[in-house]
Amino acid sequence: MIPACRLADLPRGEALRLDIDPPVSVFHTDDGEIFAIDDTCTHQDASLADGWLEGCEVECPLHASKFDLRTGAVDAPPAKLPVRTHEVLVEDGMIYVRVSTQAPNLPPCVAARLAGGPA
Amino acid sequence: MVGASLAGLSAARSLRKQGYDGRLVVIGDELHRPYDRPPLSKEFLAGTVGEAELALEADGEDLRAEWLLGSRATGLGRADRAVRLADGREVRADGVVIATGAAARTLPGSEGLAGVHALRTLDDARALRDELARGGRLVVIGGGFIGAEVASTAYALGLEVTVVEVAATPLAGPLGEAMGGVVSALHADHGVRLLCGVAVKGLSGETRVDAVLLEDGRSIPADIVVVGVGARPCVEWLEGSGVLLDNGVKCGADGRTSLAGVVAVGDCANWYDPRAGAHRRVEHWTGARERPDAAVAALLAGGAVEPGVPRPPYFWSDQYGVKIQFAGHAAGADSVTVEEGAAGDRNVLAVYRRAGQPVAVLGMNQPRLFTRWRKQLGAPL
Repeated sequence: MIPACRLADLPRGEALRLDIDPPVSVFHTDDGEIFAIDDTCTHQDASLADGWLEGCEVECPLHASKFDLRTGAVDAPPAKLPVRTHEVLVEDGMIYVRVSTQAPNLPPCVAARLAGGPA
Repeated sequence: MVGASLAGLSAARSLRKQGYDGRLVVIGDELHRPYDRPPLSKEFLAGTVGEAELALEADGEDLRAEWLLGSRATGLGRADRAVRLADGREVRADGVVIATGAAARTLPGSEGLAGVHALRTLDDARALRDELARGGRLVVIGGGFIGAEVASTAYALGLEVTVVEVAATPLAGPLGEAMGGVVSALHADHGVRLLCGVAVKGLSGETRVDAVLLEDGRSIPADIVVVGVGARPCVEWLEGSGVLLDNGVKCGADGRTSLAGVVAVGDCANWYDPRAGAHRRVEHWTGARERPDAAVAALLAGGAVEPGVPRPPYFWSDQYGVKIQFAGHAAGADSVTVEEGAAGDRNVLAVYRRAGQPVAVLGMNQPRLFTRWRKQLGAPL
C-alpha cells in the first residue's frame, strides 16, 4: 500500500496523479467514491488525471476515449485496451493505493520509450 | 446504417446498447472495416502507426451486423425507406441512419495528374505516405487543419514544405483571426513557408505535377501536391428522397430528419444546435462519436424523447509537436483573452467570450486547463 494523499485534500470531482512508474491517478467522484486507475491513456500518451470526470467515467483530455473507473474498461474509442484498476483504502483520513501486479496496457509510444527505443 | 465509419459504427453500437435486438445492416462505400481517420494526417502518414492500429472495432467485438462494404448507396425510397445500392440491390429498413460523411473537395483541372493528392480515406493516406517517403518538395494547398497537419508531418519527414492559403489568415474561420494567426505561425517557427492571401490558379505538369501556379504569377516548384481545401457532405444520393437537404442533411437537435424513421449523424448532418440557436454541420471526430447516441434514442423512441443539449463541439490537432485543442464556437465571440501561458511561447490557453460569457476555448499544450474550460462550456444552459 502506498499513501496517496489525505482525503480532505482531494475534493469531489478532482483527481490526483501519483508520480510512480507507470503513474497512477486517484479520482474522487461527485458521489464521493474513490477509485484508482492507471494514469496513462492506453491510446496515446495523455494523463487521465487531467481528463473529464463524469459519474464513474473519465474521458481522456486529448482524444475523448472513456474509461470506467470501476473496471478500467473502455467505454468509448479510440482507446481499445482497458486501463488497470488499483485497490483503494481510506484509513484515518488517508487514501492508500495498492498497485495492481498485472502488466499495464501502455500506449505504443510510451511502451517504446520505456523499452529504450525511439518514442 | 448507411456509412461505415466512426458515425455509422457509433450508431450501430448505440443501437445494441440501447436494446435494439433486430436485424442490423451496415452499408459502406469503402471496402475497409471502420477505421480511425485522425491519424491519417499524423502518425499513420509519418509511418509510426500501422493499419491494424487504426481499426475502430475492438478485438472480438460482435455487433451482430451484416456488413455490406464496397457498396455505395445511390438512393433512398421515400415511402418504404429502401436504400438502393450501386450494384442494384435494395435494403428495406424500418429505420435508417444516414452517416455517409463528407468527401474531400478537389481542385478543378487536377484530375489525372500524378503527384496530386487529397487526404480523406485510408487509400488516400497510403498513396500519400508512399510518396512522402521518397522525399522532395511538397506544396500544400489550403492552410486548414488537414493541410497544416500534413505540412507538419512532411516537415518531420524531412521534406521541403510550402503551404498556400487563399485567406489572409489560415484557420480564421474555426479559430478567429487572432488565434488563427498564432496557430498558423507554427509553420514559420519550423521553417515551413506559408503564403497567405493568394489563390491557386492551377497546376503545371504533363503527366506529373511539377509546380503550383499562383494567381499573382508566381510558380512554386513541387514534386508532390496535397489539396486540403475542405470537404463537402456526401448527400447527393438523397436527392428526391424527401430528406430535406441544406448544407448536408438538415436535422433537429436529436438528429431527426424531415423523413420519419430517418436520422443523420456525423459529417453529413447539419444538426440544430440549441446553444448556437442555429444549424451547424460539425465535421469533428467527437461529434461523430457522441451524437449517434442521441439520434439512435430518437430513432428507437420515434421522436418521443426530449433531445438533450449536446456538448459543445470539440476537436484537436497535432502540429509540430504542439497539442492544439478547441471547443465551442469562435464565430460569435467579441473578445479573446489569454488566461494562461503566452501566445508567443505556443503554450497558451485562450478563452473566447461573447458579452462576457465564455463561448469557446483554445489550448496549445494545455490539456489539463483546457479540459476544465471545456467542461465549464458544457455546463447546462
